Amino acid sequence: MHMADALISPIVGGAMLAVSTTVAAHSIKKVQNSLDEKKIPLMGVVGAFVFAAQMINFAIPGTGSSGHIGGGMLLAILLGPHAGFLAMASILLIQALFFGDGGLLAYGCNVLNLGFYTCYIAYPLIFKPLTKKGITINNIFYASIISSLAGLQLGAFSVVLQTLISGKTELSFSTFTLFMQSIHLAIGLVEGLITCAVVTFIWKARPEIIERTNAEEALGSISTRKILIAMVICVIAVGGILSWFASSYPDGLEWAIEKTTGISELEAPEGIHTTLSNIQNNTAFLPDYDFKESSNESLLASDNAGTSVSGIIGGVFTLALIVLIGFVANIFKKRKTKVLA
Amino acid sequence: MADIKNSLYNIRLFDELSLKKTPIHNLHPLIKLLTTIFYLVMIVSMGKHEISRLIPFIFYPMLIFVLAELPAYQIIKRLLFIEPLIIGVGILNPLLEQQLIAIGGFEISKGWITFLSIFIKYNLTVTACILLISTTSMLQLSAALRILRVPRVFVLQLLLTYRYISVLIEELFRMYRAYSLRAPQQKGIHKNAWGSFAGHLLLRTIERAQRVYQAMNLRGFSGEYHAKSIKKLNSSDYLYFAGWSLFFVIAKIINIPILIGSLFTGVIK
Repeated sequence: MHMADALISPIVGGAMLAVSTTVAAHSIKKVQNSLDEKKIPLMGVVGAFVFAAQMINFAIPGTGSSGHIGGGMLLAILLGPHAGFLAMASILLIQALFFGDGGLLAYGCNVLNLGFYTCYIAYPLIFKPLTKKGITINNIFYASIISSLAGLQLGAFSVVLQTLISGKTELSFSTFTLFMQSIHLAIGLVEGLITCAVVTFIWKARPEIIERTNAEEALGSISTRKILIAMVICVIAVGGILSWFASSYPDGLEWAIEKTTGISELEAPEGIHTTLSNIQNNTAFLPDYDFKESSNESLLASDNAGTSVSGIIGGVFTLALIVLIGFVANIFKKRKTKVLA
Repeated sequence: MADIKNSLYNIRLFDELSLKKTPIHNLHPLIKLLTTIFYLVMIVSMGKHEISRLIPFIFYPMLIFVLAELPAYQIIKRLLFIEPLIIGVGILNPLLEQQLIAIGGFEISKGWITFLSIFIKYNLTVTACILLISTTSMLQLSAALRILRVPRVFVLQLLLTYRYISVLIEELFRMYRAYSLRAPQQKGIHKNAWGSFAGHLLLRTIERAQRVYQAMNLRGFSGEYHAKSIKKLNSSDYLYFAGWSLFFVIAKIINIPILIGSLFTGVIK
């Protein structure tokens, strides 16, 4: 369910990063206030545990295949929502850096999709009320399954929205939603069952671990509401401001250039540059991100043929140039190392 | 099992690579982080049909590979592991976007352009992250995060998670081996052992956390993680950031491949 950088737009990435920073700031404040210093190493080591646990292949009975866990619910149950959220955020950062699972710009999206919905929605609104009257094996079963399902469904829907708002793919809302929600129904069920198995085991062996977290200051509706309000404001503010820029200035960069230089496009000096930029303007392969479309096919073919040829040739040459520079740099580098040696 | 070994290998590989001493490794971590983020923003801000403007951006990872003396083969192999993911997401585009366009006399569906664009972007963005972590150690990166005023609790949590990942993966690996030796020809952990397998690992983990905390206390832990102090920003750092930023901005504004291409085709004419 990790969002990749390639699928999001800077606006969505930025807005989501702002939102998850707000939530993280809240959870850091909570953790600092309620700390129990012992929790710092516990958070780190349990974070590492969930990271390792994600690699366990759990055989799914009757299917011949195996499943993994995401661990968001498990973290919330073991550490409580605040510490659980922070642990998930650090796991996601390490995954983005070392494993290419989700990117740095999509980091905010991932923290939200995998950490927020489980720790701040599913845990306080589903798991806690269901285990309020006391923890029993039955309670753990229902609470784990329903909260895991809800957390994953929300996360999956969030992925759909983020991808579609970013507009980097052509997937249609209904197809994508249907696909994501149904596949995450199955994933959520497996996640819920595994979470239930682990939590039940821990509760039998060391009941105080689960009970301590569960008995912690109830999150209550006020605190959740506060976060939700803060989030909504954040989304509207950041999304609104950024998309206002984006719509009135098609390109943030072009806008910045216009602001700093006072002209809307950098003007090339006279001479060959003018000729070249004229050629470029007339023949741009993808002018302003869109193809020259025409109902007249022959026109399209004749108009674009030359351009795309120069685009392809140019692309090949640019690549060749990059490789060449790489080789030259490599030779220089080796020579320098030899001299030093 | 392959998954576990692979992750352990990944972490160790990048850990070792980040300790090298090359001009790139010696740069200030904050500069490398900011350059990476700027690069990512530039790539991600390209439209969904953009291909030609993306090509010059290959220059950045290419040069870092050479200057930081990184083993391209090993890193590209890591990249290939995750490739199916993005192909899975992107491959629907050619089916969904069937409008035809002509390129050099050939007609293809527009979806292929979208797919190719996503594919290139994906490779470039993931490579940029991998290059950051292979030239900057986790400790240095944490120091950079502290400079950016990321709260201490989060940075500490991040470092501890990172520190213990390899320890726990090793432990998991031993448990897995023991389990599979007792349960031959079984794919994954049987449902009867779901709870106890992961649960035992968790119990050991919590006990370990308690020992870690005691050890930290004995060594005078007061809530602050004292990372090795990092050097100050100097002129080469500023130059590095300015140089790359300038290049990214130029590559974004001017379509370099088209420029070169039209120059070339113009000469032929």
